[in-house]
Amino acid sequence: MSDDLGALTQLHDPVRRALYEFVARHGGDVGRGEAAEAAGISRTLAAFHLDKLVEAGLLEARFKSPEKKGPGSGRPAKVYRRAPNERTVSLPPRDYAALASVLADAVDLLGGEEQAEKAARAAGVRLGKRAVQKHAAGKSRKALAVLDVLEDRGYEPRVEGPCIRLRNCPFHVLAKEHPVLVCSMNLALCQGLLEGIGDEPSKASMDPRPDECCVVVSKTNGR
Amino acid sequence: MHLAELNIAHMRAPIGSPELADFVDALEPINALADAAPGFVWRLKEDPNQPRLTVKHDFGDHLLVNFSIWESLDALWNYVYKTHHLDFLRRRREWFKRMAEPTMVMWWIPEGYIPSVAEAMERLERLKAEGPSPMAFTYKDSYSSEEALAFMNAPLTKSESGVVTSRNS
Repeated sequence: MSDDLGALTQLHDPVRRALYEFVARHGGDVGRGEAAEAAGISRTLAAFHLDKLVEAGLLEARFKSPEKKGPGSGRPAKVYRRAPNERTVSLPPRDYAALASVLADAVDLLGGEEQAEKAARAAGVRLGKRAVQKHAAGKSRKALAVLDVLEDRGYEPRVEGPCIRLRNCPFHVLAKEHPVLVCSMNLALCQGLLEGIGDEPSKASMDPRPDECCVVVSKTNGR
Repeated sequence: MHLAELNIAHMRAPIGSPELADFVDALEPINALADAAPGFVWRLKEDPNQPRLTVKHDFGDHLLVNFSIWESLDALWNYVYKTHHLDFLRRRREWFKRMAEPTMVMWWIPEGYIPSVAEAMERLERLKAEGPSPMAFTYKDSYSSEEALAFMNAPLTKSESGVVTSRNS
């Protein structure tokens, strides 16, 4: 059994946590120097903490050959990226993923894809409205940005040209089991989110890419 | 080893009917997407010069057969679910009947070998009859090529009923 709690306690140290968040946010390979600079610490200290995170299974490390070949190009650099496996700690124990998987099977058996998408859309609208309310209660009253909502929902959005790409699939395990159903529901949910915050739902569309969320959000109307 | 994949679909209407028109129109671009996908090896074509033709076979008029070979499970996955092919999968109910039985099967093959459609259909039958195994599996219960090799090379065993079962069909 994996020790999820043990792994997560490795993030107790604020420097280590900052390093982890920097690597996770980066989305690709991060070198020691880059990480050290981001965390405002020495390269040696960064290397120590990064390797601790690898030991805990939160990051993965590999050696990257220098781009220039031949003499003077130096040794391969050690680079880090977020480990793909999930860590979940729930106290008391909860297992929503197992139930969600069974429910997805039920949707399949019932042929209820359309209703499932409808429910996902409605859920998205509710979540969007709630996000607006939460935001309005805070100090800033300016319109809630789509990016903030997507960030809050765990999509890890990043702006790429005229689009917002979503680096993380919050429903990854289920999407692996029921890709068509879950990706369709996810699109409906994103469209609902946009509707809920008063934006244009059709800005969210399907544009799957390997290792990313299947949905892309246009920054402007009429993509 | 390479990965062979067969999927079948029961059309709601004949292939030339208006109900299937959007599907037939999509054949050329979608197949081009497959052919260009990383890790694509081979795909059964009725006629390389007629990309809108579907594969002819002896398993029923309303049955559509898709048969292809890939370098890995990930390569096939990334084509099927991580390209615009997904948009067409989402519309599958418009064109194809819902089936209670498995419609897709995968298994490992030696590189360079191309199984026949009959062999592919046998794999699907095996999946239906026995459930997923290293010899015929699905994405939900998938097996690596190492597991398939180990399974094939394992000595024959006697089942509880005393019947010697052959692992390799």
